[in-house]
Amino acid sequence: MEGWFEFALERYNYWIVIILMMTGLYIVFARGNLVKKVVGLNLFQTSVFIFYITIGKISGGTAPIFVDGHGGGGHGDDHDDGHGGDHGGGGRAEDGHADSHEAPETADALHGKVENAPGDLKPNDLQAAVDALGPAAEAADAPSLHQAPVDADIGKVANAPLTDIEKPSPDGFETVPDSAHGAIEALAGAGEVVYTNPLPHVLILTAIVVGVATTAVGLALAVRIREAYGTIEEDELEALDDVAEFGAAAAPAGGATGGAA
Amino acid sequence: MNFESQLPVLPIITPLIAAPITLLLPKGRAPWVWAVIVSWLTFAACVLELISVVQNGPTSYFLGDWAPPLGIEYRIDIANALVLFIVSGIAALVFPFAYRSVQLEIDERQSPFFYCALLICLTGLLGVTITGDAFNVFVFLEISSLSTYALVAMGARRDRRALTAAFNYLIMGTIGATFYVIGIGLLYQATGTLNMGDLQIQLQGQDNRMVQAGFAFIVVGVGLKLAMFPMHLWLPNAYTYAPSAVTAFIAATATKVAVYVMIRFFFSVFSLDFAFLSAAFTWVLLPLGLVGMFAASIVAVFQSDVKRMLAYSSVAQIGYMLLGISFATVEGVSASLVHVLNHALMKGALFMAVACVVLRAGSHSIDAFAGLARRMPYTTWAFILSGLSLIGVPLTVGFVSKWYLLQAAFSGGYWYAGFLIVASSLIAVVYIGRIVEIMVLREPASEGRYVIPAKDAPISMLIPMWALVAANIYFGIRTEWTAGLAVQAAEALLAAGGAS
Repeated sequence: MEGWFEFALERYNYWIVIILMMTGLYIVFARGNLVKKVVGLNLFQTSVFIFYITIGKISGGTAPIFVDGHGGGGHGDDHDDGHGGDHGGGGRAEDGHADSHEAPETADALHGKVENAPGDLKPNDLQAAVDALGPAAEAADAPSLHQAPVDADIGKVANAPLTDIEKPSPDGFETVPDSAHGAIEALAGAGEVVYTNPLPHVLILTAIVVGVATTAVGLALAVRIREAYGTIEEDELEALDDVAEFGAAAAPAGGATGGAA
Repeated sequence: MNFESQLPVLPIITPLIAAPITLLLPKGRAPWVWAVIVSWLTFAACVLELISVVQNGPTSYFLGDWAPPLGIEYRIDIANALVLFIVSGIAALVFPFAYRSVQLEIDERQSPFFYCALLICLTGLLGVTITGDAFNVFVFLEISSLSTYALVAMGARRDRRALTAAFNYLIMGTIGATFYVIGIGLLYQATGTLNMGDLQIQLQGQDNRMVQAGFAFIVVGVGLKLAMFPMHLWLPNAYTYAPSAVTAFIAATATKVAVYVMIRFFFSVFSLDFAFLSAAFTWVLLPLGLVGMFAASIVAVFQSDVKRMLAYSSVAQIGYMLLGISFATVEGVSASLVHVLNHALMKGALFMAVACVVLRAGSHSIDAFAGLARRMPYTTWAFILSGLSLIGVPLTVGFVSKWYLLQAAFSGGYWYAGFLIVASSLIAVVYIGRIVEIMVLREPASEGRYVIPAKDAPISMLIPMWALVAANIYFGIRTEWTAGLAVQAAEALLAAGGAS
């Protein structure tokens, strides 16, 4: 019983998203007033914004850092931003790192693993394997920050820059590999740090702009409808159209065409 | 930084940059001339792109030189090069056609805004087609949709119902786009990428509920945009009350681009080994395609407004395309792609003919078509020939796509679907035949509202319309360009979706 409660409570963002989404959709369909419809549409879109922001939070994640120019590392290393994305407690991300210790260091070998594995791995494990590819591929391809302390855990050091961001030191990024201190702190803090993936934020900024434009067009149309018909109630609009077409407020439009939603 | 390497981005940035410039031009003829030149340049870029893709295989263009999957990638293979070709080609014909029709139907003071919106709409449609980034599809989809809402609403000068039609379209279209975004969000959560090619790699072997939910959201969202049968309610009104030139443009392009997006997601993002996909084909696309074919065709028979009749016919034709996709074979998908191209040709020509009638008779009611053969012979024959193409008479493009579809149905073992395709084509004979009968055999009205001067449409409208009619016949006889390329495109799509 208690486990169930925690399960629900941990995902309270998602409950908000679902409730907002359904409220918005209900308003769009159930209300006859055009302005209320636009507001309902807005609520519906807002729920999606919250959904995206929620999936951008990653426990124990870290920013992907590219040293050797963009795209230099190829495919694998581009992924760790999203893949770390298990906001249920960062379990998946840690699995990924754990894997990377056991796996051979070269990216090629990991590729091999990924290709051979899908048949018998659970989806999450595949994900983890791809995650593991991230740091290891960097280690193989580019002389990166993550590689520098040879004996340190790849997983720990990957998190080190993050701690440094939180406590800015005068020496900055360059010194991170030297300070075992940073790595230890990172190890301690990795579980609690919530990394915010910037990509969903960027996407949602775009979606907000689209939403604003939609609202503006919708309200502008409502204004024009009000000018042309003198009302913005859907029932009255339909009645007015019926009068214009059939000469009287006839029975609802013929069955074949169906009512517009 | 040579021309060749920048070619893929030209179809997008040309109309995009040209659109705001339109607003600065003086009212009257100037915005139209500008829009026509831009549409021709865009078409030229798309033709060059198609030739280059056919010769050299798929090309990728990295926007801002950011390599995918981090950056946005424009990826062009034969499938979307064909759709680019047809969308820009329709634009290159409809834009010159629009002048006289728009002069009549739109307030002259609004003409810069009108052509600006038209160019933005073109940008959006081409962008949806060209991009290889799933979120970018949403952005371009909304760019084209928002401008379409505005364009549809501009029909309010003639009929105020255009406003409510545009509003309903806005509500439905936005719900569709938002569903699509939810789906993309779920896929992003599952994979951490937005690049379509990369999504396919990351989705390999993933068949959990999150991916399934994402798939369902995307299908419903895109289905709303392409007016899949039970979600088509926005379409008839929007097409009926939009200005005639706008109807000719969006009827020939907007839903086709959405069909392309659906094909792209089914075969390039999700692979055929994704179990949910075949369930969607068998239980959603196939039945809805079949029901849509019949329900919409039967409704079309009873319309007293020619534009509305053609709009319902569009819903029925989308049923054919969905049917082709649902077979999930090379024949089926190529039939679907061929029909995307061919339907653009025939519906473009049909709606152009209606626009000519509106110009002279001032109405698109069926009564305005009485005795049209004696008053406007060229327009009448354009309507009849493209109507025959819609029915699927041999020597027209309609026959080619029906032929491919039937082949796909029988070779896939869906023989009942084959018979239903033929049966629904017979309904098309009824609704097109009804108009033809009125145009050819009825006496023209001698008094009342619909007295038409015995004067055909102006030459600026006849030439683009007949160019489309000629394309209907030319591509019906020489099938290697449209149909041959569509088969190649389908083979490439299915090879990517099935084999890897």
